[in-house]
Amino acid sequence: MREITYAQAITETLQEEFRRDKKYIYMGTGPIPAMVKEFGTERIRGTPISESSVVGAAIGLAGSGFKPVVNLGMATFAFVATDQIVNQAAKITYMFGGQAKFPIVLMMTVGAGRYMAAQHQISPYSMYMNVPGLKIILPATPYDVKGLLRTALRDTNPVIFFTHVALSDERGEVPDDDFTVPFGQAEIKQKGSDVTVVALSRMVQESLAAARQMESQGISVEVIDPRTLVPMDTDTIKNSVVKTGRLVVVDEACPTCGAASEIASQVVQDERSFLSLKAAPKLVTGAGIPIPYSPPMEKFAVPDRTKIAAAIKAVMEGKGRKSR
Amino acid sequence: LKGEKIQVKQPDKDKLTQLYRTMLTIRRFEERVAADFAEMSIPGLVHSYIGEEACATGVCAALRLDDKIVSTHRGHGHCIAKGADLNRMMAELYGRTTGYCKGKGGSMHIADFSVGMLGANGIVGGGFGIATGAALAAKLEGTDRVAVVFFGDGASQEGTFHENMNLASVWKLPLIFACENNLWGSTVPVELGVAVKDIARRAAGYNMPGVTVDGNDVMAVNDAAEEAVARARTGGGPSFIEMKTYRWRTHTEALWPLGDNRPKDEVESWKKRDPIPSLGNKMIEVHMTTKEELDVIDKEIRARIRNAINFALESPLPAPEDALADVFSSEGGQR
Repeated sequence: MREITYAQAITETLQEEFRRDKKYIYMGTGPIPAMVKEFGTERIRGTPISESSVVGAAIGLAGSGFKPVVNLGMATFAFVATDQIVNQAAKITYMFGGQAKFPIVLMMTVGAGRYMAAQHQISPYSMYMNVPGLKIILPATPYDVKGLLRTALRDTNPVIFFTHVALSDERGEVPDDDFTVPFGQAEIKQKGSDVTVVALSRMVQESLAAARQMESQGISVEVIDPRTLVPMDTDTIKNSVVKTGRLVVVDEACPTCGAASEIASQVVQDERSFLSLKAAPKLVTGAGIPIPYSPPMEKFAVPDRTKIAAAIKAVMEGKGRKSR
Repeated sequence: LKGEKIQVKQPDKDKLTQLYRTMLTIRRFEERVAADFAEMSIPGLVHSYIGEEACATGVCAALRLDDKIVSTHRGHGHCIAKGADLNRMMAELYGRTTGYCKGKGGSMHIADFSVGMLGANGIVGGGFGIATGAALAAKLEGTDRVAVVFFGDGASQEGTFHENMNLASVWKLPLIFACENNLWGSTVPVELGVAVKDIARRAAGYNMPGVTVDGNDVMAVNDAAEEAVARARTGGGPSFIEMKTYRWRTHTEALWPLGDNRPKDEVESWKKRDPIPSLGNKMIEVHMTTKEELDVIDKEIRARIRNAINFALESPLPAPEDALADVFSSEGGQR
């Protein structure tokens, strides 16, 4: 099977879908030149740096039968358009009693790893998980980018498609056919029997690396990527915990009210998975600080395979319970 | 003011009667809503449009059914002027399942996509972008449809106002900025909130034509709107219309019992310039109509309002768990 990068997966999916349906309109401050060339400036619109009005325009386009895609660049920039995302796009279907559909894809990058400091790096997906009406997508591989972006573009609701800033060059196998990855379907990235590690975005790769380390020490790790946070496939996670009895959740976002704590909460609220636990679940998260610039500090601010491995060992020794 | 010179020119009885009827429908609707709110049969927040009827009426009379409007928190007048159904509006205010939003929106979120009313908006300045998108859609489809965004003097201090004025101009969109300058942004007078005397002057900064008209003169408003709409339909891009007007009541009905902080003589002087008898008296003056004919119109309107109330009261309240529906649109809606 052919291999492409994470960034290529984004571009070619957009190109293929834009060929399929003329109703797709792209707006962003840095449109992809190949798309401008193929689809023209009417459909691939280079916009002024006006996040609020561009997201607003996407809502108006969607309500008029178009399927807008807005590339906001970095998630930090999207906060300028928060009213339009939170008060308008997310609520408009509901407030109007479902009388119109608003198919909108908002794309933005998350994550640390590029030494761009606090105003260009953040992982705010859990903030948006608190806003009913938004679907929250978080792909970690080129395959998932392609399959999930297709699903996002074909959905009839506002979708936030969070790509990781440091995964652009990540390569992976991607089939040529028109496959999709449905929302709300987690993937077991690696099967294992001793510990369940649920990892988000770039932490999937780090967790797989940690799992390989553990294997040499005789610990079998199951790595699960939920891939979409809203809707979230908690069944796959709970079933895995029932099997392994141990849970580590890895997310580079801040720990407070995060996706990781939500996942742990879902597992302990379910009687079956709760009673299977042999140790308290452990979270491996970002440090709860703005992302610092200098490389040693940036590395400190987010999890890595070493920290994940330590957490796996801790739950294996049942230390989780005591450390609470 | 551009509008002051405009008289009842080219008397067109049907058109003027329709303008009169629409304004009076808004007035009677709002009077009833204020009364029902005061006796607590309408919950939540209600922002009265009384006094500003000529703005929505004059602008929407220049539009076709397929043109789009985006409204504000003070949106009942825009809904009625664009042709929304009084029964379903009233049912929404009463929180009934037969309301436009099945009771999920209330006063500030009434929308009727079937008549091009893309929604009231509870956020000041929240609707500009939606109108920009609707205008862009019209342009991309190659139609001569236009979009209108209604907003107040208060919203012209929001960032979205400036962003969308710029974007509409850069993209030469068929979009009309319809500014209802009622001289008070919530409870703050316009001179403490707006750096320019005439907000229409800001249009120049975005390279679009802007006019200030008497917002209590429905003909003046309509003339300005016709001109802006014609420009938009023929590829001339966006326009700005500032309508100087006044709301008779407090910012929200909830503030009414607490008292009005505006100068009494200011309120009274604007009430003397009531847009509805202004038009009616002119029509009588030129023998286009009679007081009796106008009274018949009023009677018909009052009957329609009573019907709307009855429709609302006879409609069921939603079941509590109905609240769970419509978070996502059903097609492709998961979760």
